[in-house]
This record gives sequence, C-alpha cells and structure tokens, in this order.
Amino acid sequence: MRGIGKSFPGVRALDGVSLTLNAGEVLALVGENGAGKSTLMKVLAGAYQADEGEIFIDGEPVRIAGPRAAEALGIGMIYQEFNLVPQFDAVDNIALGSEPVARGLIDEKAATARATAAFAELGIPFPLRTPAGRLSVAQQQLIEIAKVLSRRARIIVMDEPSAALTDREIDRLFAIIRSLKASGAGIVYISHRMEELPKIADRVTVLRDGRAIETRAQSAFPPDEIVQAMVGRKLDSHFPDLPPVAADAKVVLDVRDLDRAPAVNHVSLQVRAGEILGLAGLVGAGRTEIMRSIAGADVPQTGVISVDGAVVRVRRPSDAIEAGIAFITEDRKAQGLVLGMSVRENVTLAHLDAFLDRATLIDRKAEVSATRRFIESLDIRTPSTEQLAVNLSGGTQQKVVLAKWLVGKARVFLFDEPTRGIDIAAKSEIYALMIELLKNGAAIVMVSSELPEVLGMSHRVAVVRDGRIAREFAHADATPEAVIAAATGVAA
Amino acid sequence: MIDGLEKKNATRNYWLRIAGAFAALVVLVVAINAAAHGNFLQPANIVRVLQQISYNAILALGQTFVIITSGIDLSVGSLVAMCGVVMALFANYAHLSGVPLVLATLAVGLAVGALAGWVNALPVVKLNIPPFITTLAMMEVALGLAFIFSHGRPIALTSDAFAGIGIGSFLQPVTDALHLPAIPIPVVWMTVLIVVCSILLNKTRFGRYVFAIGGNEEAARLAGVGVARVKTFVYVISGACAAIVGFLYMARYSSGSPQTSTGDELLESIAAVVVGGTSLVGGRGSIVGTFFGALLIGVLYNSMNLLGVDSYLQKVVLGIVIALAVVGDELRKRYLSRA
Repeated sequence: MRGIGKSFPGVRALDGVSLTLNAGEVLALVGENGAGKSTLMKVLAGAYQADEGEIFIDGEPVRIAGPRAAEALGIGMIYQEFNLVPQFDAVDNIALGSEPVARGLIDEKAATARATAAFAELGIPFPLRTPAGRLSVAQQQLIEIAKVLSRRARIIVMDEPSAALTDREIDRLFAIIRSLKASGAGIVYISHRMEELPKIADRVTVLRDGRAIETRAQSAFPPDEIVQAMVGRKLDSHFPDLPPVAADAKVVLDVRDLDRAPAVNHVSLQVRAGEILGLAGLVGAGRTEIMRSIAGADVPQTGVISVDGAVVRVRRPSDAIEAGIAFITEDRKAQGLVLGMSVRENVTLAHLDAFLDRATLIDRKAEVSATRRFIESLDIRTPSTEQLAVNLSGGTQQKVVLAKWLVGKARVFLFDEPTRGIDIAAKSEIYALMIELLKNGAAIVMVSSELPEVLGMSHRVAVVRDGRIAREFAHADATPEAVIAAATGVAA
Repeated sequence: MIDGLEKKNATRNYWLRIAGAFAALVVLVVAINAAAHGNFLQPANIVRVLQQISYNAILALGQTFVIITSGIDLSVGSLVAMCGVVMALFANYAHLSGVPLVLATLAVGLAVGALAGWVNALPVVKLNIPPFITTLAMMEVALGLAFIFSHGRPIALTSDAFAGIGIGSFLQPVTDALHLPAIPIPVVWMTVLIVVCSILLNKTRFGRYVFAIGGNEEAARLAGVGVARVKTFVYVISGACAAIVGFLYMARYSSGSPQTSTGDELLESIAAVVVGGTSLVGGRGSIVGTFFGALLIGVLYNSMNLLGVDSYLQKVVLGIVIALAVVGDELRKRYLSRA
C-alpha cells in the first residue's frame, strides 16, 4: 500500500500511509485509539475507498472497489466484531455469500466439504453443525478464520484477534497463525497488547494520527520505544489551566467496589468537589461501562455509590439523576438526543417536572425561556428553540446535551468522550464549561480516548485495564508513556 | 420578535404535519359535493359522516399513542367485541338501573379494556417482545373470550337505560331551536376524547415521553424517563378507547355482540393514524392528524355511497388512499430533511 489517504468530514483519518507486507510474515500494526489502524485495513478490505494512494499485490496495481473485489484478490479480513449469522452453523457461515450451487440449489455436500477442508487445514476438529451463536467466542473466531481460508486468502488481516480470548485460546491462535505463515500467507496483526508482539510478530509498524511513523523488525523494536512512537507528539497546549482542588474539598462522588461482570471489575474511585478524574485506557477496557454502571444505565450492578456522603441506590437512570449524577453519553445521536425533537424538548426532557404549570401541564413558556438562557450562555448555534436536534452540527448537539444536564442540579458529571467528533473551537468551549462546573463545586469523571485530552484535563488519571483501575496517576506524573504503558500492560 | 418567529415556525411545522390529510380532505369534499349535486355538504349528511367516523376515530386515538411509541395495537377490534359482551352481561345481571347502571357498566368496560391493554404491554416492557406479537395474541384471546362469554350470540340488553346514549342526541332542544341537525352522542364522545387526548399528548410530561420514547428510546431511558411505565400506559389508553367504542356500539344496538368491530375496524384505525401523518416508526404524530385521517376515510366511504360506487371498488380506493398517504408522508419527510 502506498501513500494511502482517507478523510472523513472534519477528520483526516489516513495521511499518506505506506505499508508493505511480505509473503510468509506477520506484520503487527499498533497505534493508539483513532490512529487509523482500522480505517487502513478497511481500505484494504474494500469497505472504504481511499481518497488517494495505490495498492499493489504481487507487484501489480489493483483497485479494490468493494469487499467482493478484495476477496477475489485473496484478501481476508477478520474483524473484531465477527460477521457471523448466529443461527447458521459453521458450514453455512463459511458458505455465506459464495454458496456452491448445483442445478440452482445450494450444494450442501460441496459446502460441507469446503468447511471440512478448511478446518482440516487448521488441524482442528470442529462441531460443524452447531449454530454459531451457541459456540464460544474462540470457536466463532475459528469459523471466521476457516472462512477466510476457504476463500483462498493470501493476505489475512486480524483486528485484535486476541482481545476476547483466554490465554490457552491465544496460544492456539498463535499456532494457527504460525502455520498460516508457513504456508506462505501474509498476515497483518492489529493489537493493543505489547506483550504479544515478541511471540508472534516479525515486523512492527506504528501508526499515529493517520501516518505510518515507523516500521522495524520486531526484535529491534523494544516495547518502550514502540510506546514512544505511538505517543510521539507533544501535548497540545489548547487546554485551559485546571483550577487547583481546594485542600479541604469534600468527596462528592464516592464509588466503592462497583462490580458488573464482565466489564466492570471491583472498581473504587473518589472524586472531590472541583476535581476532574480522567479515566484512560484502551477501547474495550471498561471505562464506559464503569460510567454506565454509576449512572444506572447498566443494571444490576453491585457496590456502593454515594453522592455528598449519602448512599444512593441506583437501580435505574432516574435514581442517579435524582441523586445529582448527570451522564453525558459517548454517542450523542444514539443515546444523548432525541433527534426528531426540538432543542427545547431535548433540553427539558430529563427535568420536565421543573417545567410544570400547577404540577400538571407543561409550561411551554418556561421551557422556551430556560432553553433560550442556555442558548445564550453556552452559545448554542441554533436558529431557534424549535430547531430539530437532527439539523444541528456535532458540537452544537453536544452543547444541547450539556444544557439538558445543566437544567438540573447535578453535582456529579460523567463525561464520556465529551469532545469526540467536534471541532477545535467547540472543544475549547466544552473545556471552559467543565472548568465552570468545577468552580461551582461539581465533581467530574471524564472518559476520553484522546490521550492529550485525558492528560490535559484531569487532576488525576486512572488507567482502566480489563475492567479494573490498573493504576492511578497525579496530574504531574501522568506522562503519555506511563499511561500508555499502564493501559497496554507493559511493566513499567 | 424572536418569540413570534419561533412560535410561527412551530405552528408552521405543526400544520405542515397534518397539511397532507387536510388538503386532500378539502379537495375531496369540494369535488364530491359537486359530483353529488350539493348533497354532500348538507348539514344532515355532515353529521352523519361525523357519527360514522366517531367509532373509528376513538379507536384511532388510542392507536395514535401506541404508534408514536413505535408500537402497534392489533387487539383493538377484538377488545371492542369483548368489552361489549362483558358490559352487556354485567348490565343484565347487575341490580342497578338508570344512570348508576350506565356508569357502572362503563366502569366495568373501561376496567376490562385497560386490563387487556396492561396485559398487552407486560411482555413488551418486561421481555422486549414485539408488540405486534403480544397484541396479535390478545386479538385472538379477546375474540375467543367474547364468543365464549356470549355463547356466540349477541346479548340483548334488558334495560333501556342505554337508549339515550345509543340513539339519543346532545342538547337536542338547543340544536332544534337553531334549526341544526341533532348531534349524536358518539360525536360528543369523540370530540371530548380528541380534546383530552390532545392535551395529554401535547401538554403533559406523559405525552412528551411518548414522543421521546418513539424518537429514541435509549436517550429517553438515560434521561430518566420511566420507559416501562409510559409504554404500559399507552396500551392501557388504547384498551380503554376500545372499551369506550364497545360501550357506544352496545348502547346503539342495545346488545353486546362478539362480532362487533372484528372486521376492517382494526385496519381502519391504523389507516386513520397513518393517513393522519403519524409515523409508523414512531416519534412523530398528532391527535388532530388522526382525526383528519379518520375523517378522510369516513368522507371517502360516505361519498362513494352517495355516488353509488360499488362496495368492492370502495375497498380498492381506500387501499390506494392509504398507500398514497404513506408515500406522501415519506416524500414530505425527505423534503423536510433536505431543507
């Protein structure tokens, strides 16, 4: 792949990435969340079209118009999220999309033979007739691998294949990868886990901000240097100064032994008035799930949650809201807003009881004036209070979500990816608003996949790994290298 | 000034939403009136149309709440029959007479309808079973029960306490004095329920939550909305509306029959909602729109009868109108989202 570029609205996801994969090798592709690994591989698999750049296979330039074209060129993808039909068994899943046909009907015998051959190649006996939905994650992954093999793929991409596997299953996966390698296939192995690389990778390519930063032989690329290459840049300085937490500030949010299997694993954390606790970690580490459990979005959970010293039983979102916990969700469109409703209706949705006329009918005038106050104070760029949320830009939508939670008297704000997908100007405004909340004595927990943001906007950084808080850093000690090391499990 | 602009925008959106049904109605009425040599716009005929649509409109009101949450209630027709039978049985066995009998009978019917709605909602909110399934099951169960309770025959009312509701008129001395046609009681029920439902849907927290759930259930839940409670209540409302229709039919025919409203009524109630601009995917809709939807369907039937259109052809026309309404709604939506 040479000079691959790809832009999404507002984001340059890939910026002239070049990558070489040899036959019979495993190339590890590493990088922070959002570095462009998945986008690059989706270009290779035909799921995305690159804006620029070329792809060569065996020295021949190729055009990969879609997933089918990629398949025909011998490119096989194994996504992190499997693409299996859970009701179908291994045979039918492997055949799906290229069913052998005899006289207009599916040739079951040929399909079975193909699946059997693929598993024979893997050297693994397999329950061919069990619906995929009833198999373990590792077994489902084997179906994906067999599927790729049955399509005669010579370039195989695996996106975090070990993420959901046990150690023994990982060993077996590595054995399979080695045998694929021996048969001449080239394998791109995407991983977050540094400790795996020596066991499986021949070469390592580090991606950062949509660019290929460095490629070296694995043996010449020690983990700490990989981490450094992943972090690389200096911290952006567009973060405002955090006001110091008062020495006598009381603990506002106190969470003890919060547990919700499998994603949240006995988590305890305290946040004081005027303090931001940043939760760092890799995608899937359990950061969002910790917040969702606190906010009552995922129940039942065990553990003790207290706000201002009073224990709160959180059995549903309204319990948390009543206790003064506001949860600003990661996905504005799916969870934060009712897109078909107006700005006004979205702003008041969580606190309609504050807008009642004689405790029965909604007082529309009060709604409008409250909404207009927020439009002014948060600079929400909307032509009117009646504009539908769907017509607003991402940053503006995020401000509407914030306004929704500012209506109430929340003490605790849980921000999940507060600035994802919004422009720099709107980001600064959101930061300024967080500082404003701190000055009013709020406690903030923030999850962000942008490392500079977590480091720049947190008094303390807690690194989440496998659903538990692996390490905690004070603002001054939270260097990118240390945080990444803790998040990826490199011994510091 | 901004105030006025916002209000104007909101009003415009509101009218745009029901404009389709309304415009079609006006054109239709004028055309029909011309074709029927002025017979259509006679006061007596207008009142006749209103009476004819009142049953369907009331069913459709309840259905509107359900559909805005992106649900569906297939059981309304059967519930009309079952509630009618139960009420007739109760009326015949209760040791009451006059107004107390009427009120007690209505209360029993409402309780049965509301209970059925609650049962409809239970699997929906507890187990996330599609309402299509639960209300389909209720449709069969309620119909079967109606036949079992009545042994398959209409149950004639032994009391004449209901006659005033069934065939009586509202404030007849006044309308007579003004030389207006008598207003049938079902029309009064329909009018009152339209007002009540409009307020419920547009002015209360409950109504706002109905829209929010239909628009984005997860966002509503995370905003602290008691999704299960709200969803349950929309099916209860729908069941209660069916009970009221059962009550009116029973009063009108002086009997509770297991065959009432088990034909096209279910589909017509859904058609009225959809023609009235309420989205089947939820989150959008209005009570006034539903009324115009029911009115449009009623006007179509009435005018085709006036013009002597073959009854099979009437069905074809109704089907085409429903299809056009939905296509028009989709086109309007695309137009609005592009603007």
